[in-house]
Amino acid sequence: MTDILADGKTASAAPSDGLAVLEQKRSTAETFGIPLAVLAELTHRCPLQCPYCSNPIELDRGSSELTTDEWKKVLSELAEIGVLQIHFSGGEPTARKDLVELVQHATDVGLYSNLITSAVLLTKEKLSALADAGLCHVQISFQGNEPIVADRVAGLKNAHEKKIEAAKWTRELDMPLTVNAVMHRQNLHQLSDIIQMAIDLDADRLEVANVQYYGWALKNRAALMPTLEQIEETSRIVEEAATRLKGILAIDYVVPDYYALRPKKCMGGWGRQFFNISPAGKVLPCHAAESITGLEFESVRSNHSIAWIWQNSEAFNRYRGTGWMPEPCKSCEFREIDFGGCRCQAFALTGDAGNTDPACTLSPMHEQIFKDAEREAAAHQDRFLYRNFAGGTLETEGEHGA
Amino acid sequence: MALSRNISVSETSRPTLPRHARLKFDETRQVWVILAPERVLAPDEIAVEVLQLCDGVRSVADMVDHLAAKYAAPREAILTDVIAMLQDLADKGFLTEAREKTS
Repeated sequence: MTDILADGKTASAAPSDGLAVLEQKRSTAETFGIPLAVLAELTHRCPLQCPYCSNPIELDRGSSELTTDEWKKVLSELAEIGVLQIHFSGGEPTARKDLVELVQHATDVGLYSNLITSAVLLTKEKLSALADAGLCHVQISFQGNEPIVADRVAGLKNAHEKKIEAAKWTRELDMPLTVNAVMHRQNLHQLSDIIQMAIDLDADRLEVANVQYYGWALKNRAALMPTLEQIEETSRIVEEAATRLKGILAIDYVVPDYYALRPKKCMGGWGRQFFNISPAGKVLPCHAAESITGLEFESVRSNHSIAWIWQNSEAFNRYRGTGWMPEPCKSCEFREIDFGGCRCQAFALTGDAGNTDPACTLSPMHEQIFKDAEREAAAHQDRFLYRNFAGGTLETEGEHGA
Repeated sequence: MALSRNISVSETSRPTLPRHARLKFDETRQVWVILAPERVLAPDEIAVEVLQLCDGVRSVADMVDHLAAKYAAPREAILTDVIAMLQDLADKGFLTEAREKTS
């Protein structure tokens, strides 16, 4: 009895393709069906200051955030057009006072809800209220397996201890737990211990996500870039653990693409199976898309419906499919496998989002970024630039941003 | 207490979907789906029929009786298929045993 379940992952780094699974019978005219899952970035406010934060450098201020009613309207509209899952993220989504109300609304309109949180603002009562409102899954980020490394990376004292506590409450409330571990040069030595921590916390899933270098992480690249030896060791550890823990802990692994040969299928292809909504209501092909200058993104506050924005807006159509591709992508046999990699990375590293992602060996810049990565990893420039609304604060000697 | 992992499905099991796995008919795409953390799965027709019987009350034996009567098929063959299917779902974390009522 195999194949009773066609597995469609909804995550952006998905190796398989949920939409393809569910929509294989539809006509090719409908290739860009509504995504199965949408990321709702409720706020950019966050008590943590992680140097690899995936939020843009230009953070949305609290005053520009969508109101409770605006978010509810968005959730209703998403459910109506066929979205099945909503990921509540941020910044720190629990910094929104209306989170329980929004989760309840998601439940009421039939959306499967997932909370992606740093967990440091959670109390047991708050988590219990979220569970009662129908929250389906909790994903907690960890910066290490013990407070010394973890609190320094987070830029917040006692953060690790609070996360451990919240993870235990999650399981006590019988909600599935994903441990999200963002890995880089300064914490990769803890990977084995992080895997054990996830087991001890009775997590269902562990995401081992190597830092992706956009925005804040790109500013901190010299302090975060792992060595090639570390990456080889990481792959070994993950592979061994995935085999050993089959049926106990599912492990998803995101490789660092500077050392890769082929680029990642970023977002499953631009405008193909994913969008997110920023705190101020912009509908974006990925959470880093605003880093690409020259693209205009439509807002849920505009006169357009979300479905119209997805199907017709210029930003979504610019890099959709394969028609926009120059060489070497245009004639490449992998063009519909990886869709040319990541547009944001192409923009950040080459100045043109329409170029081949330099993570690809076929990019003329590939050798250069590989050398840059090796050089930066070897230089031991370990100071962080902490993420904040002031454009970042450089870590000082002997005292981290906490 | 956490739900037990790695359950072994037998005729006496009373399986049910864990709270993080939701069986739902997707009106937009006109297919049944299982919603789970970071995943949307598309079970086939037979799996959907069996999953709809997994209410934590019915035993696997009851389900097989029901299906054998409905399809006028040999019970042994259905039993083998149903257990294999449920075990596969359980191994993937989409099925659990109904919990004992405490107190």
